[in-house]
Order: sequence, then C-alpha cells, then structure tokens
Amino acid sequence: MSCLAIRVSQVKKVFRKRTGWWRGQSTEEWALKGVSFHLKQGEAYGLLGPNGSGKSTLIRILSTLLVPDGGEVEVLGYKLPEQEAQVRERIGRVSVDAAFYKKLSARENLLYSAFLYGFDKAEAEKRAREILGRLGFPLRRFSDPLEEASRGMQQKVAIARALLLQPPLLLLDEPTTGLDPKSKREVQEFIEELRRESGTTILLTTHDMFEAERLCDRIGMLAHGSLVAEGSAEDLVRLAGGGTLEDAFIKLSGEKLTGEEEATAEGA
Amino acid sequence: MISRFKQTWAFVYRDYQLTRRYWSWVVVFTVYAVVSGASVALIGVASNDRKLTLTLTIGVLFWSVLSVLFNEIAMSIAFERWEGTLEYTFMAPVSRLIHLTGVSLYAAAYSTLRAIAVLGGLFLFLDLDFTGANLFGLLIVLVVSSLAFVGLGLIAAILPVMSPERGAEATNIFQSILLLVSGVYYPISVLPKWVQPFAALSPATYALNASRKLLGVETMTPDGKLIGQPLASVQSELVTLAALGLLLVPLGLWVFGMAERWAKRTGKLKRTG
Repeated sequence: MSCLAIRVSQVKKVFRKRTGWWRGQSTEEWALKGVSFHLKQGEAYGLLGPNGSGKSTLIRILSTLLVPDGGEVEVLGYKLPEQEAQVRERIGRVSVDAAFYKKLSARENLLYSAFLYGFDKAEAEKRAREILGRLGFPLRRFSDPLEEASRGMQQKVAIARALLLQPPLLLLDEPTTGLDPKSKREVQEFIEELRRESGTTILLTTHDMFEAERLCDRIGMLAHGSLVAEGSAEDLVRLAGGGTLEDAFIKLSGEKLTGEEEATAEGA
Repeated sequence: MISRFKQTWAFVYRDYQLTRRYWSWVVVFTVYAVVSGASVALIGVASNDRKLTLTLTIGVLFWSVLSVLFNEIAMSIAFERWEGTLEYTFMAPVSRLIHLTGVSLYAAAYSTLRAIAVLGGLFLFLDLDFTGANLFGLLIVLVVSSLAFVGLGLIAAILPVMSPERGAEATNIFQSILLLVSGVYYPISVLPKWVQPFAALSPATYALNASRKLLGVETMTPDGKLIGQPLASVQSELVTLAALGLLLVPLGLWVFGMAERWAKRTGKLKRTG
C-alpha cells in the first residue's frame, strides 16, 4: 500500500466526437495530455484552471466514472480502473451542481446514500443531522423537498452526503461555486475543521483564488489538459514574478504558455 | 450479506419515496391505464362477444403488468440522467447486480399494485366474471413471464447509457414493438407475414397464449361459462418463458456491464445528456 492518497502519472484522456456517418470520421479533443501529480495522505491539494482545462475530467477519472486512455492512476494505494470497487468505498465527492432527487427531502436523499453504503437508518439519520447542523443547515427543513431549498442549502446537503460516509479522501469539484458569501464561508470553515479533526485528504477544484489559498497546502494549475505549474500559493506567486495568486493564475494558465514552458514551482 | 441487503433496499427505498412524491402523476397514469384499458375491452362488449371481451381484458391486464415492469427497469438509467444523479449512483460501491436487482424488485411490486388498481377500475366498466378460470395458473404465468421481462428491461436499459441523446426514445420504440408483435389484443395470425416471426422472440406472446388457455377463453361453453385449463396444458409456454428468463436476465446484466465499461471509456457516463 502506498502512503500517497492519490498518484496520477502521465494520465491522458481524449474524447472523440463522430462527425460523419462513416466509421472513423471523428474529431479528437484532448482533455488531459499527460498529467502527473500526487497527494499525500491528509494533504489538501487545489486544482485551478480555466473552464475546459481538464479539472472535471480528472475528478471523474478519480471518481471511477471515466477510464483514462493512458497513464497510471492510484487512489489510496488502489489502481484504477482495476480496483475501482475498493476506491469507491473510500471516496466522497461533491460536484459543482448538487445532484439530488429534487422531489425528495434532504432526509430521504441522505438515507438513500447511507443505505447504498450499507449504513443503518438510525445511525445515518443521527450523523446526517449532526453534519447538517454543523454546516448551518436549518434542520426544520430536513424533511422538505430539496427543490424548495436554496442552492446554498442544497450544496450543504451534498457536502453532508459526502461526509456521511466518513471517507478518507474527499473530491470537491467547485463545491462553493454559486454560494452566497455566508454559505461559502460556512462550507470553507467546515472543510478546515474536517481536516483538523479527521485528517481527511482533500482534492479541491475551484475558480476562487482566495479559497484555494485558504484551504490548500499545494496548488496545481491546469491549462489545456496539462499541469503547467504546481506548488504552494507563495511558490506560484513567486514563479509568476509576484502579485497575487490571481495574477499568477492568469499568467501561468494563459494561452501563450506551451508545453516547453511548463514548470513546477517545487522544482524551480 | 446484510450490507448487500441494505444496498438492494436503497433502490427500493428511493423508488418508493419518488413514487410517493410524484403521487399525482401515479394517479394520472393509473387513471389513464384504466380508461384506455376499458376503452379497448369495451370493443368486445360492443360486439356482444364475451370471448373477445375476455381476450382483450386479459391483454389489458397482462400488458399493464409487463409493460410497467419493463418500462420501470428500462427507463431507470434515463430517469437518473434526467434527475442528474447518474454519476452518484454509478460511483457508489454497489455492484450492478445489486443495483438492478433493487430496481427490478421495486418495479415488480409497483407494476403488480398498478395492475390490481387497473383491474379494480375495469370492474367499473365491465361485467367481469372469472368463475371457472385457473387464477392460480395465471399468477404462475405472470411471475415466470416477469423474469423474462426483467431481462428485456435490463437489455433496453443500456440504450440510455449508450446514447444520452436518443437512448430513452429508442427504449420507448422497443416497448411499442413488443406491444405490436406479441398479440396483446389480437391473434398473431392477423399480423403481416413478415412481422409474425418476431412474435416468437417476445415473452409476452407465450405469456398471453398461456393466460388465455388458463382463463378458459378458448374452451368457453356456449352459455359463456369459463373452463380454465390446468397448468399442465401450458407447460410448453411456461418452459419457454422460464428459458427466456434464465437467458435474458444474465444476458441483460452482461450487456449492461459491457455498455457501462464502454460509457466509461467514451465519457458517456455523465449526469447530463
């Protein structure tokens, strides 16, 4: 067993779209062009990148929903896609859109998830209430359909769903996008608390530079399917020649940056 | 083992809660099924033909169970995609066998309850008397044919996996072809010659043949009394249905697994489509 939570080595993914009726007539779009990075257990790692840079593709590969076309992926010492059953038992995921049965209540959605993972009803309900309470979710709305809840409340239920399972690895795909400042802060504080108390390993994708700087030990910058820079927030700012992390993001993930110019702050 | 039971229960629990929350639509679909079923069976009443009325009624009832069973399973993936929960279900640590068993168990319970409601509704419009029919035999045929329809549902469920855009439409076309070729409301012999061979591939054909014998439609006395045939008289249909079930369920699971692996390679396993 590796002591790394995630090991991604030269991972490639291409999506083909058929353009004609005849076989072989298709266009290729490279979502990942040989990405490598790793996460130590208990570490929080941020993936930054513009839309379409490959962040969600990477998260979907780590979530066992997508099989890479090349390279190696290991999650908590288990190889993907060969050992996907073991990986699934150990990961939680929160995506940008809170994917729920909107007609069902928070309670019904969370109990469904809990049963999927083999939890008892009473145990799951107690834990769900506890986590939602800590996240600032109004518990009087616990049995109301989620379609009546605000986006912030829905996202808190999504986080509770991922945490209900007490996973050693949490994949957070833009978890605070679209949240109001108060909800965003509550979620960020909870993630910090979770790391402090449980030592959960976190892979976070975000467009919020402040969030990445606040929550992540290291940050990787993806652009056009390649990891163009990696290091702590301070390292990346230094690599970009000063300014803020946002300045570094714009500079390092810019169009003019090519494969030859790739650099890692760690190695710099 | 207990964990697997809980995981199977998860799908039953979810589908029950969804049915409860969408109760008004359940009422709408059930009323529609009663009214359309009665409309079909009343053709027999209008013809003053008890044999025709019973042939149509048994077609309505069997199709009510089997089509709902098929539809609930076949559309389960499309529903997940529409709800946006597909990725969460597929990344849960649940084997596809357990997933599809849970979906099928709820579909079987739901389709049976709905068919009972349809039967109750038909009594409002028709003077039905099943005295003399082999009702126990009918139940056996229904159970055995359900297995084959579960298998067909599993095979059809891959269509929305393979094509987020057109899969659900294709599933509905598949279901309508089953209705056409199975002789639900008419004998297979009235179908065009080129269509008739397809009837042999549909489990509903054997289920309906058997059910009409067990009901006693073919052996009805001149004064309209039903003489239901014994279960032994439909042995060949039962064996065929059981064989289809034993073939189609594992085949459905295997094909579904293949489609899932393909979807993971091509990126089709996404929540939107």
